[in-house]
Amino acid sequence: MTSISQTDRPAVDKSEDSDAESDIQAVGDDAETPEELLALWEEEAPEPAGGVANLVACVLTLAFGVAGMVLSLNLSLGSLTDPAPGFFPFVISLITTVLSVAQIVLGRRGGDGEKFSRYSVTVVWGVISLLVFVAVLPIIGFEIPALLLSFVWMKWLGGESWRSAILYSALTVIAFYLIFVVALRTQLPHLF
Amino acid sequence: MDIFTPVLEGFGTVLEPGNLLYCFIGVLVGMLIGVLPGLGPAATMAILLPMTFGIEPVTAIIMLAGIFYGAQYGGTITSVLLRLPGEASSVVTVFDGFQMAKQGRAGAALGVAAIGSFIGGTASILGLTFLAPLIAGFALDFGPPEYAALSLLGVTLVATISSGNKVKALIAASIGVFLAMVGRDVFTGTERFTFDNLSLSDGIDFVTVAMGLFGLGEILYNLEERHKAMATPEKPKRVWPTKGELKQSGPAIGRGSILGFLLGILPGGGATISSLAAYGVEKKVAKDPSRFGKGAIEGVAGPESANNAAATSSFIPLLSLGIPANATMALMFGALLIQGITPGPLLVSEEPELFWGVVNSMYIGNILLLIMAIPLIGVFVKILSVRPAILAPITVLITLIGAYTIKNSVFDVGLVVLFGIIGYLMKKAGFEPGPLVLAFVLAELLESSVRRSLILFEGNLGEVFTRPITVTLLFVFLVVILLPIIQKMLGNAKAKSKSKELVS
Repeated sequence: MTSISQTDRPAVDKSEDSDAESDIQAVGDDAETPEELLALWEEEAPEPAGGVANLVACVLTLAFGVAGMVLSLNLSLGSLTDPAPGFFPFVISLITTVLSVAQIVLGRRGGDGEKFSRYSVTVVWGVISLLVFVAVLPIIGFEIPALLLSFVWMKWLGGESWRSAILYSALTVIAFYLIFVVALRTQLPHLF
Repeated sequence: MDIFTPVLEGFGTVLEPGNLLYCFIGVLVGMLIGVLPGLGPAATMAILLPMTFGIEPVTAIIMLAGIFYGAQYGGTITSVLLRLPGEASSVVTVFDGFQMAKQGRAGAALGVAAIGSFIGGTASILGLTFLAPLIAGFALDFGPPEYAALSLLGVTLVATISSGNKVKALIAASIGVFLAMVGRDVFTGTERFTFDNLSLSDGIDFVTVAMGLFGLGEILYNLEERHKAMATPEKPKRVWPTKGELKQSGPAIGRGSILGFLLGILPGGGATISSLAAYGVEKKVAKDPSRFGKGAIEGVAGPESANNAAATSSFIPLLSLGIPANATMALMFGALLIQGITPGPLLVSEEPELFWGVVNSMYIGNILLLIMAIPLIGVFVKILSVRPAILAPITVLITLIGAYTIKNSVFDVGLVVLFGIIGYLMKKAGFEPGPLVLAFVLAELLESSVRRSLILFEGNLGEVFTRPITVTLLFVFLVVILLPIIQKMLGNAKAKSKSKELVS
């Protein structure tokens, strides 16, 4: 968690900022053509995910396809003259399966997608905060989980200061309360 | 001209103050969310879909049209001010738009883009007004086999034209079709793949898929990208383009509009291709092509008119055939279905007031966009200088709480989160979420047409050859599938084409 928290964030930002300035300079003075701008974007783009990522992803879709075929078979396929509920899903899962096998072979050297970087950790924390939100929403209402979620996203995932994170997350929750509970009277579970 | 009386009558409804207000709100929130870095029109629309629920269909459509145009323009704003295209179709706007912004002419760039978008969009709606009923009339004779072929073609075209890996796009599309099978079978009532879960027996809601894959997935992805350098928006010195600039961009807007309209009817990346083509045309036509990339106003005017014209004319296949041509149209399709409107050939003839309601609300959305875009430029600059760290959780909460309010269901919120995670992982693994959502939307039509055709043909697939339209469509389908394979075999280097495409 510390790797993405404020401790090293300013350093990162600083270097990025100076990069940004030189980029903009470059665009203004040297990189005048769209081609050069494209090259710049290419440079900034993350590394493509490798062959292993392709294998893992396509094995997953392959498993999805095979599972789909098995489940469809259980529903019965019927015949061409009278297709049963399992017929169409079976054909579709078959397509998923065949294409996944093809992609396992074709993409064995990788080439597309993106590698996970050290910043991907932020996404894990983001997902955890989302799951917590969903889990406790029906029990204690939206205020506390929403406050926690905005605070975590602002402070630890976004590198805001304590003060601004507390202030803005409180304001956010108050605004949502006013809009969804007071004004629109939705049935959103709430504590107060 | 009897068919056009409903057009005029429809305007009466659309122009009611209440409806205008909703359209205004739609354009405003569409722009506000669309301007957030990294959220393109599809993401914006997905996040805002719940807003249109629970209000009258006509009002809801009007609001949707507003959101649609607002979201489209949002991408333009970030292109010009931050050098961050919200979507592929505004990439070329960056070339000259950002240069103009650096020269303090951001106002002129955004102003011309708004005017161009308005003219391009309006020209396209005019074209749509005449063309869509004609195509719909032609499609009235379509039976199940034609629809099966057409929806099959729709899914594969979008999958193969999309920018990423084609096989992966097709895998995503096939999974999208499968996911749509979850729930009760329309023919027999059998529950499929629900695992006895009551919440799944009505099927997976389209909105949760779209909000998860496009909305939340995109937000999670941006969370990771946020460390990247971002230009701080500079306050534009002037908001209005000068007379000279307007005169200069006039012809470009005209050319862009026509080009965009024509290319937009094609399925797939209509808006993207047309903005690239418009940029190419402007560069060729210009007396001094070297100005391009240094802040030539035609380089903004042409592509922006073209992509809005194309975005609008891609409504034609949706409204006349019921086939969404791209991911944004897939969202529109889903949103209309929720309002009880089934886009397709029957819409014009059987429910003209709804059809013209949709068309007229587009006129209004476009006009409101023009009226609001220029005065609000200052506001956008302000929003863009708010740190993404603060905006991101707010967008997340809008998405989650919005998802809850659709059916007051926590299960739906959970699904949105699940699809959000899937969407993020798909992007990382090189799978486009667009084809999945589009296929999900088309799946029901595809399945029911295929099954009806089989019953109609009594299992004899040779019967297909008695139907010329089906054969033609299936032939095009085969070409679309086989062409990339043949090209690969012939050894056409595809890697270099990216930059060539963009500037040629």
